[in-house]
Order: sequence, then structure tokens, then C-alpha cells
Amino acid sequence: MRLLEFQAKELFREYGINLLPSKASTNIEEGRKHAKELGYPFVIKIQVPVGGRGKAGGIQKCQNDDEFDLKYPQVLGLTIKGEKARAILLEKMADIKKELYLSLFLNRSKRCYTIIASPEGGVEIESVKNQIIREVGLGNVSEQVAREVAKEMKLEGKLADYFVDILLKLAKLTVEKEAELAEINPLAIMNDGTIMALDGKFVTDDNSNFRHDELQKYQEKTEIEERAEKSGFSLVELDGNIAVVGNGAGLVMSTLDMLSDNGGKPACFLDVGGGATTESVYEALTLISKMSRVKGILVNLYGGIVKTTVVAEAFLKAYDDKLIDLPVFARLKGTESDKAKEMLKGSRTKIFDSVEDAINAAVMGVKK
Amino acid sequence: MTDIFKLLKGTPEDSDYKKKGVIVQGITGSYGSLHAKNMMTYGTNVVAGVTPGKGGQKFEGSVPIFNTVREAVDATGAKISIIFVPAKFFLGAAKEALDAGIKLLVAIPEHVPVRDTMEVLDLANKKGAVIIGPNTPGIMIPELIKIGIMPPTPFKAGKIAVLSKSGTLLYEISDALTNAGFGQSITIGIGGDPINGTRMIDAFEMVKDIPDLEGLVVVGEIGGDSEEILAQRIIDIGFKKPTVAYIAGRAAPKEKRMGHAGAIVMGTYGSAESKVTMFNKANIPVAKRPSQVPVLLAGKMQQSD
Repeated sequence: MRLLEFQAKELFREYGINLLPSKASTNIEEGRKHAKELGYPFVIKIQVPVGGRGKAGGIQKCQNDDEFDLKYPQVLGLTIKGEKARAILLEKMADIKKELYLSLFLNRSKRCYTIIASPEGGVEIESVKNQIIREVGLGNVSEQVAREVAKEMKLEGKLADYFVDILLKLAKLTVEKEAELAEINPLAIMNDGTIMALDGKFVTDDNSNFRHDELQKYQEKTEIEERAEKSGFSLVELDGNIAVVGNGAGLVMSTLDMLSDNGGKPACFLDVGGGATTESVYEALTLISKMSRVKGILVNLYGGIVKTTVVAEAFLKAYDDKLIDLPVFARLKGTESDKAKEMLKGSRTKIFDSVEDAINAAVMGVKK
Repeated sequence: MTDIFKLLKGTPEDSDYKKKGVIVQGITGSYGSLHAKNMMTYGTNVVAGVTPGKGGQKFEGSVPIFNTVREAVDATGAKISIIFVPAKFFLGAAKEALDAGIKLLVAIPEHVPVRDTMEVLDLANKKGAVIIGPNTPGIMIPELIKIGIMPPTPFKAGKIAVLSKSGTLLYEISDALTNAGFGQSITIGIGGDPINGTRMIDAFEMVKDIPDLEGLVVVGEIGGDSEEILAQRIIDIGFKKPTVAYIAGRAAPKEKRMGHAGAIVMGTYGSAESKVTMFNKANIPVAKRPSQVPVLLAGKMQQSD
């Protein structure tokens, strides 16, 4: 899961990483209280799980009450890359001398954790040429390695000490919380000679959730997502009108691609997992019935050992129970497909031999 | 470099040539027992099962069950194990297998924490063992040995190597290949996790020197850069066998995990465009649809004739 900035900073604070005073709120009354406590000037920062907030106007300086009353609702009302504000963070204005970059991330191709540091922070790291890169195995950073990175950053004296301290704490946090990415950008050298984390990005490994009850308060799930997870499905909601259901992440992605190539607009990615049963397909249809934008359902099941009649039963039951009244365009690869087609005769589910045919019919079908 | 065929088949001098023993960890679970049976039906020599507390029992009336991998290895001499345990028990099961001398470990579970996978890999490196997975459908030499959960119907013995991150796409594309007359010499499931025991590049090293290899099919998906690294390697060594790729996830939104833990685009890292661009640079055509793979492969073969 990807934490919001203020949540990442809660963890930073817990691990003793130096931060500016800040407070998170979700409405202007609460925000006003925080404004009093912090005192002007401060920065209003939108809390969304995507980057590019500054460019989109989601980070605003604020000098007085009038500005606050104007800007707080503005920022709270923004949508950035499709993401609405989850909260607003008010943070004391920083007196910055220089911006650095520091992160620890899971390096997939090298199969180890890797430190990236740079004396040029505050911009997207991809665009920074001057990168110091150190591979650190399972993420444990020794003081010696941290000192070497500080030296390469050309930090000396107290600044080097502060930097080493922050790197060691960030590494401890990364290891203990099983993060895939822990990033401080910018990490700022202040005019008073201290170093502080001005922003925070923290992404954890969802597969380790069972070991981290303490992080579950950061979990953000809709009711549909929660039900999908309970059934062992993977669900990503999209904004089109054709729901895409299949078994296996690769197959569903592939179906999504082909649908888009043919001018269709996917409403969701729904992977029901390895096998398909009457129950699992029925539950998938239940979830889709809760998405009002859906005009048709595209099903692509590859079952080497799945009986297509079992899947057909789920469609029939869904119509019988008045769960759905949508056309279903299904490609069912598996056994007994002739019998399944016979069962579905006269229903709103059509079975196709190839996924291409099912997609074409779905694209045409939702236009009607 | 790992000689995967030696691990899977052995050499003609071996008494168990082409019938290497396989241990199934988690053989009494519903998933493990189903697939143990399916593997046996396929012809895989399942010699032992492991389930703590069920030692002494027999699976399907013939396969002895042991409490520990060590006991199973001592009794059978098997060097191959396949794991069917819930993700949270994977670390313990895998370490136990490696400590007992397993040299090829097929890791089926999905949702294994990355840290656990890394710990297991660390140990596997020290022990000189190969891990396939986690979150993999497995590995197979069609019509000889299947160590995994793949249905048998899509596959046929032949001379094309198929490497795939996805399970169902491996079945789908192998099925299309088989129908077009392209049997498979080996299929390797890389797995859908961010960290793979056998990466695309490792799997390529395993298959690139097969003497009668006639073609290579790479089934990738968004996330990471293993396809790009493979394409670069193919350029670097001037690999000339007809090669075709397929990449799933072109239409996926950024920064969303598409079912597989590893299928996520971060910025431009892991994007389908990046992978397609690199394959094109390596003169490898990328299919738009699974059904196009055999067509492109046939085209490549004609070119190289």
C-alpha cells in the first residue's frame, strides 16, 4: 500500500527522523484549529496518493487568515490525476538552504535493496544525473556504508552526522515495515544547519500485511475492494463501461488490452484467481452489479480443468436472482462448452469461441 | 550456469534418467493433493510428500508421506521439490527444503512477502540451488515431466522454449503454439512477483543453448525491467534463434497493481512501451494478441530460413 505524505511522516517521526511541525485535517474547522496551533506562515499540502502535487496547485503558501479561508477549500477541492484529496497537511514554512534526495527501494532486477542519494533533490529522481547508488542486500545499512554515502554527497562535519543518522533510521524503518520504497525528497539542509525530511513517500509490500497490524489503519479500501479481497479476487476499478472478468492476472490484462485496442472502455479489471467455480463467478457478478457505470460484461476464462457448464450456471443464477440484467459476452475455454452454450440459449449471455469475437460483440453490444 | 535439463531429466547414465523423483511439500492440503495427483497422471515421478504430523501415511495409497523434507530426501534421494503451502509458511518450508539438499525448488504460492523470497534466494545462492517462482505455474518439459499446476492440454513436446511471467497466458499462448504445430521443448513460469527466483534473464540462459531449439517465446507483462534486460542480452550475444514476445498490460493505468504483485508501472519504469521498444530494438516482434504469437513466430522462421 502507498501511504500518504502525512502517514509516511507519522512513521518518520516514530523513528526519530527530523521533521517540521505539521498537522493533518479533513475539514476547514479542524484546519483552522491547526492553523492557530502552528502559527503563520505555513504551507497547505493536499494529501493524495500520487505525485505532481505542486504543479497541480496542491501545495500553497499561506501567510494569514484571509489566505487560509481562500486556499484551504481550494486545495481540499482539487482532484489530481483522478485522485481526490484524502486530507490536508498544514506544515510550517521551511527555511531551506539546499535540497537533497534520499531513498531506499526494492531493486527488482538486482534483487536487493538499494540506496539512491543525490545532492540534487526536490525534483523527480529520474531526471537527476548526479546519483549515488549503493546496493545493500536485505536493506540493513551499516554506519560505515552510511558514512561513505555522506562522503560521496560531499557532506562534512555536523551535516554528515545528521545525514548518516537519517539514513540509518530510514533503513531501519524500511526493514521493519517491509517497505518497497522509502523516499525523502527533498531532504533539506536548513539555514540553521540541521537536516529535515520535507516530504515522504512510503510504499509497503501488501503481501506482508499479515505481519503488520500496526499499518492497517493506513489501508484505504472501498466496500467492493474489501469484498473482492475476501474472495481472493484482484480488482482494479476503471472508468469505462465494460467490466472485464477472467482468471489469472496476465489473461485479464491481455483482455483489457485487446478490448482497448478495439475501442472498448474497461470498467474494471477483475481477476477471480486460479480456478473458476459457480460461486466465484457469481460473486464476481455481484461485485459488478454494484458498479452503476457498467453496461456490459466481458468474460474471458481459460480453464484447462474448468467445466464451462459450472460457469454457465453462475450466469443463469445471476439472471434468475435478478442480480444482473446486463449482457454478458463470454469466451470460455474449457470442457463441455457445447453443453454450456445450450444452457445459455435464450439468456443474455452469449458464448464465443475466440476472445476476439467476444470483444467485438461486447464493443458493439454496449453501443446499443 | 544451471543445467536445467540435467536437473529435470538427469543423464542417460542415471538409473532414474527421465524419471527424476519429485517431493511435494503440502501434499495433504486440498490444492497440494489435487496437483500432486495431476502431476502423477501426467507422468511426473512423485516419490514423496511432506506434511508435518502426517508422517507414515500414504498419499493415493502409494506415495509415502514424511514429517520433514530431510526424511523425505533421506528415503528417496530426490533433489526436486514443489511447495504448496500458504504464503505465510513459505519461508519455513523453503528453508527446510534447501537445508535438506533440494537443488530445484518450485514455489507455487502467491502472496509471499518479498522479504521472505529474498531470504530464501540468499540461502539458495549459498547452497547452489535453483528457485522457480514464487507465484509461478511451475516448469515443465511437455510429455516428460510437469512440476507445477498447469493443465496438460495446451502443451505438446517440441522445439520452442516458452518463458512466461503469467500462468494463464502461458497456457493460452502454448495452446496457440501447439495448434499451429509448434510444440515446446520446455516452458518456464517466471512468476508474477517483483522478485523472482529465476528471472527472465536466468531462464533465457537455461534455454538458449538447447541444441535443437527452433524458437523462443517470451511472455512478459508490465512491471520491472526484466524484459528490457533480456532484450539487451539478446542483442549483446547476437542470439539468432527466431524469437517472439508478447507483453500484457498496455492498457493498464499507472501506479496500480494489476493482480500480480509485480505488475505495476511506476512513472515510466515497468511500462509496456519501454518493453516493446527494447524488443523492437532487438529485432523481436511483439504480438498484439496471444493468438498472433504463432503467426509472428512462423514469419520469423521463414526469415531465418
